[in-house]
Formats: sequence, C-alpha cells, structure tokens
Amino acid sequence: MRQMVLLWTDALVFLLVAVVLLFAWYARNKEHLRAPWREVVRSRLAVSSLVVLAAYTVTGLLDSVHFRMALPEAQGQQEVQYSGEVLSLLDELLGPMRTQVEKTYSAPFATHLYTRETITGPDGAPQRVYPRLQYGGAHLEDIGDRNRDILLRSLNAVAQALLATALITLGFAVLLARRWKKPLRVALRAMLGGTSSVPWRTAVITIAVVALIIALLAALSPFYHVLGTDKVGQDVLYQTIKSIRTGLVIGTLTTLVMLPFAVFLGMMAGYFRGWVDDVIQYLYTTLNSIPGVLLIAAAVLMMEVYMSNHPELFETMAERADLRLLFLCLILGITSWTGLCRLLRGETLKLRELDYVEAADAFGVSRLTIMLRHLLPNLLHLVLIAVVLDFSALVLAEAVLSYVGVGVDPTTLSWGNMINRARLEMAREPMVWWSLLAAFTFMFTLVLAANLFSDAVRDAFDPRMRQQR
Amino acid sequence: MFAYLVRRVLYAIPILIGVNLITFFLFFVVNTPDDMARMHLGMKRVTPEAIEKWKSERGYDRPLLYNSAAQGGDKLVDTIFFEKSVRLFVFDFGSSDSGRDISADIGNRMWASLAIALPQFLIGLLVYVSFAMLLAFFRGSYLDVSGVVLCVILMSISGLFYIIAGQYVFSKLLHLFPISGYEPGWLAWRFVMLPVVIGVFAGLGSSGRLYRTFFLEEINRDYVRTARAKGLPELRLMFRHVLKNAMVPILTGVVVVIPSLFMGSLIMESFFGIPGLGSYTIEAIQNQDFAIVRAMVFLGSVLYIAGLLLTDLSYTLVDPRIRLS
Repeated sequence: MRQMVLLWTDALVFLLVAVVLLFAWYARNKEHLRAPWREVVRSRLAVSSLVVLAAYTVTGLLDSVHFRMALPEAQGQQEVQYSGEVLSLLDELLGPMRTQVEKTYSAPFATHLYTRETITGPDGAPQRVYPRLQYGGAHLEDIGDRNRDILLRSLNAVAQALLATALITLGFAVLLARRWKKPLRVALRAMLGGTSSVPWRTAVITIAVVALIIALLAALSPFYHVLGTDKVGQDVLYQTIKSIRTGLVIGTLTTLVMLPFAVFLGMMAGYFRGWVDDVIQYLYTTLNSIPGVLLIAAAVLMMEVYMSNHPELFETMAERADLRLLFLCLILGITSWTGLCRLLRGETLKLRELDYVEAADAFGVSRLTIMLRHLLPNLLHLVLIAVVLDFSALVLAEAVLSYVGVGVDPTTLSWGNMINRARLEMAREPMVWWSLLAAFTFMFTLVLAANLFSDAVRDAFDPRMRQQR
Repeated sequence: MFAYLVRRVLYAIPILIGVNLITFFLFFVVNTPDDMARMHLGMKRVTPEAIEKWKSERGYDRPLLYNSAAQGGDKLVDTIFFEKSVRLFVFDFGSSDSGRDISADIGNRMWASLAIALPQFLIGLLVYVSFAMLLAFFRGSYLDVSGVVLCVILMSISGLFYIIAGQYVFSKLLHLFPISGYEPGWLAWRFVMLPVVIGVFAGLGSSGRLYRTFFLEEINRDYVRTARAKGLPELRLMFRHVLKNAMVPILTGVVVVIPSLFMGSLIMESFFGIPGLGSYTIEAIQNQDFAIVRAMVFLGSVLYIAGLLLTDLSYTLVDPRIRLS
C-alpha cells in the first residue's frame, strides 16, 4: 500500500520533462529546428557527455517519484496510516543501501569499523579491537576471502554490463536499420566501424563504461559499503546517488523559474524602448548590484525565520525540505536572470530594426503577435545557450551555498551538505577521505559532462563563436 | 567628462534607494521583528516580555513606517525604516544584534580581507593573461589543445575542492604553510600565501579560457595580418600590438570587481580563518545577525556600483575612441 506524494519540485521536474518532450515532438519534422541539434550530436565529446548526462537524468527522475509507505495496521484502526518518511522509486531500487546503517565510519569495502571499540573478550578482559561491520562483508565466512569474493562479483558484473551494452547497441542498430531502410548488418557495421555521421562508436563505448560502473555498483553495494560509511554509519554511495537529484533540480529548475522573467522583460525592454526600457533596466541594475551570495543569504535567512514561525504549513519533513529547495531555486533564479535579460534586450534592439519586423508592422500585425511570432523564435537560441551554460555553474554554486549555510535544507542529501559535513574529517587521524572524494567525483563528472555538452550546443547554435574556440 | 561623472553618480542614487527598499522589504516586511525575536530566543515558551526586551534593546520596537505616537518630524524619523534603512545612506550601520559597532568592525576587518584579495587579484590577472597569451601564441598546436582541455577540466572542479586539497597537500603533508589563521602586519604573508595561490589556481580554468578567446579575436584582425605581412617578428607582434588591444576587454571586465575586493571572499576567509569581512559576513549569517547582513548587503551594492562607474571610466582611459557623453 502506497500513497503517492507529489512534491513541488517533482511537479516542476515533470513539467520540464513534458516541455522537452513536447518540443522534441514539435521539432521532429521541422528542418530548421533539427539542423543545429544534428550538428551537436556529430561532435564526439557531445555524444559522450550526453550519455553521461542521460544516466544522471534517469537517476534524478527515478528519485523524483515519491510515495509514502503504509504503516503496519494497528489494532482497531479503521483507515490506513502512512509513514512520515517520504521515499522514492530510487530508494526502492537501492534497497539495502538505505537501511544498512553501520555504527560509524568505515572505509570503502571494509569489513571492520574504522574506529576501535572496547569490548569484553571471552576471558573477561577488556580489549580494544576494530569490531566487525554489521552489514559490510557480513556474508563472508572468512575475511581472507574478501578480495576473491569482490573479484568474482566484479567479473559477474562485467559480463552483465557487456550483455547490457550489446543489447542496447543492437536496439539502436535495429532502429537505425529501419530508418535507413538497410539490412541490420550494414547498420551495425556503420555504427561500430565509425563511418556513421553520428559518432555511434563513441556512444557505444560510453554506454559500455556507464553500464560497467552501474553493474559493478549494483553487484557490490548490497554486500559492501563501496564508498564507505560516514560518521553516523550511513552508506556514502547512497548519499551521493541521492544527491544527484538535488544537483539536477537546482541546475534546471532555477533556469526554468527565471526564464519567463528574463525572456519577457528583456524582449519588452528591447521592443518597446522608452519608459518600459528605463523601468526594466532600473530593475535589473538594482537587483544586479546586490552581491549574489549576500542577497541569497538574506533571503534564505528570512525564509528560515518564516518557516520556523509557521511549522504548521508542512505535513512531513520532506515537504519542508522540498519547499526550501524550491525556494532556493527561486532565489537563485532572481539573482541570475539579469544577465540573460540584458543579453535579450540587446538582441531585440537589433532584431526590431530588421525588415521582416517592419514588414509585419506595416501589415498591421499586433505588437504582441510580433513579439511572439517574429522576435521570440529568433531569440530562442540565445536562451538555450544561456540555459545550458548556467547549468554547471548552478550545480557548483549549490555546494558553496550549502557550505555558507544558506543552501538546501540540512536534511536534504546534496553534495554541498556532504562536503560541508566531511570537511573536518580531513583533519582526523587517520584521515577519512571517502565522503569528500565521492561527492567531488560525482559532482565533477556531472559538471564536466555539462560543460562539454554546453560547448557543443553553443558552437552549433551560435556559429559566430566557433572560430574563436 | 565631469558632467558625465556627475550624471553617473546621480544615477546611482535611485539604484541605492532600490537596494535599500529591497533589503528593508526582505528584513522587516516578510517577517516582523517579533518573528526575529522569537527565532533568536528559541521557539518554545517565550514570553511576550522577553520579546519586547529583545526588540527594545536592538531598536526594533518602533513602528515600521509611520509613528503616530511621536511629535512633528519624529512621526517619520522615529521608525524602523528611518533608523535602520535610511541611515545606511550615510554609512551609519548602527550596532549589530549582539551589540557590536558594525562600522568599527568593518574598519578593523577590511584590511585582512584586502591582504588576501588584492594580491590574489593582481597575481591572478598576471597569471591568467600570461597563460592565455601563451596558448594563443601556440594556437592550434598540441600545447594549445591540451591547455584548453586543462581549462575545461579545471572549470569543472568545485572551488571547495581546491581549498580542501590545497590545505591538505601544502599544509598537512608538506608543512609549507600554516593551515589557517592570521596575524596583522608584515608577518601576515605566511598566512596569505596559501589562500592566494589556491585562489589564483581556482580561477585559472574559466579566466584562462575566456582571455584566450580575447587574444584569438585580436590575432585574427586585419591590422595584425598587415603587421605580419610587413615582416614584424611574431613575438614583437604579440607583445606590442595584440597584448595591448586584448587588454581592453580584459581590463574593462575586471575593473568592476576592484572596489568589491574590500568585501573579501566568504569561502576563502572562513576556510583559512582570516578575520576579514568575508568571514564576518559568514559568521553573521550563521548566527543569524540580521543587522550585519543588512549592512553588508548595502555596502556590497555601493562597492559594486562604484565598480560600474570605474568600468565606464576605464573604457575612456584604455580606448580613446570611446568618448563619454
């Protein structure tokens, strides 16, 4: 028995997915919309990073389907009570990682705790020993078998990953063969031989790498803490995977929130000029002149006061944390829309003098229609470039803000919170490094993929930039 | 020129008023002083008297905008808006919620911020420009390609990583610098070195890549080709002509941050325990000291607007074709 929970950010994430799908459907047979994207997927780096981004996105989406489990029925109870804990599909998939909580720190693949404990030995004398972990490597009869066990499980995972890659490749090959109306053999040879215009070989290799990583983690994580455990014994890998959604939400929803402001105000300022322009310029200069971090800090502080004074608004902890996340996106959006707005204003100023706009004006087309039909489509490439360029900066900003203490809710799993909690662990003797490394690695992979992808998008949509690369 | 300056300064006034209104709205309208008091005193079982006491100690017990109880001009003056917001215009920051004099604190702490931020700014500029020029000089070669790849990788690493890794390698493993702390006077250099090095390195990716495009843009200009055709050696061409012209977008881009150097860096200062304005702000945020945060927001905006003004001026200095009118 489950009760679905639709958090605010979930709803917005699904809205975003719907918009993207709708656009893809709309653009499917419009050559001028498809051409730049075809250019993007011709770049090997872009295809490779697209695969990585897709893996992150799927994880984030799985983590956006939330529900509450029913509590075991108490006696004489009429209706079903639901647990206060909000879970997601991803939690379900990760299964044991969430619940297998140790006492405190343990190193990656460890079978024993990282700290000594005093226990009473069989002869009654107190001993300082590293106790066995409750879950990590608990299935081993003999600890000496650990490496062999890991190797066997890994080999099994490699085989699974190869099989999965082969199946995915075959699937794509079938689709391509249909599209090209050629036999499957020809399609496969073009894909793997590197002769297709889209670099399918690169895609297949990246898919293989991603599949391998996923298979390895899936094979080992139920039996070991692959990335160790943190201070309260929670699995670090679980935390990093759960952090993916937070990073993606901040990177995408922030731009989604700011886009309407930036696009319409920028367009209005450029098109109407006069006092409208003055007012809008004044608005963004004022907002822009407040240092971003300070404005965010001030706004988040005020929100904390509001939330702690109105606890009755939130049914569960998750809802509270989620609203805080959404609010952070809003604030980040408010501080970051000014750049795009200025850019669009400048471009609109140029566009409005062009002949086709004048012609439309002469035909008596209304101003609103001119803006929506003639100006907006010619600004969209700038919007798209800004969105993809902003994404990586926002993911990095989340970590910094959480460190300052004005980021996401402390109960939300995010890379910033992980780093914040772990930064003092470097000073420990012996050092605890796995939390930091896990958070930085996952963040780095996402940001690098996003940076490479956004470069390709910019090159394809703004050919002027290309020579300067 | 003078008239232009005056007009720009006058234009800054409505912007500062706007900033002031935004902060006033954020700090006093979204939440009443009662809410703030309750937050500070703890949520449970707080008596109305304690709230009143907290408010009157900090001067939050006045009406927001209009004091009908006061006489004459005091009707407008004896209000939170006037006391807490309008006074910011004459840089009277008042005292913090914990009772310290904010203006004195700022005066004391800004030198430590400057000791980190100024060397970082100057050395950074030198390093980024040299690096970008090197890549542009060897454009298209393996050096250039690997340099750009390095930039993209450096850009993708979180700034926090540079600090944590730098502290670990240089202080904990190699014992070259103290991990954190500060000492006023000339002895400060030992504490300043590491943050400056890390700060410069952290910015190398994005700035190096951006400046490289500026150089490449200049190199593809006609006058460069002409100079090359007339037989000017490539090195001389780079330093005499390309460097000068590429510095125009670079300089005008960085001038805007110069006044804000006083504010210091939040992250750097708190990681390295530097008693500057950045760590002052971070402590205020963590202690929820609204008065300090409000003062810093206003100060930051003033410095940013000063930076914009300097940017406009620097355009005329480095590019005589631009006349201010």
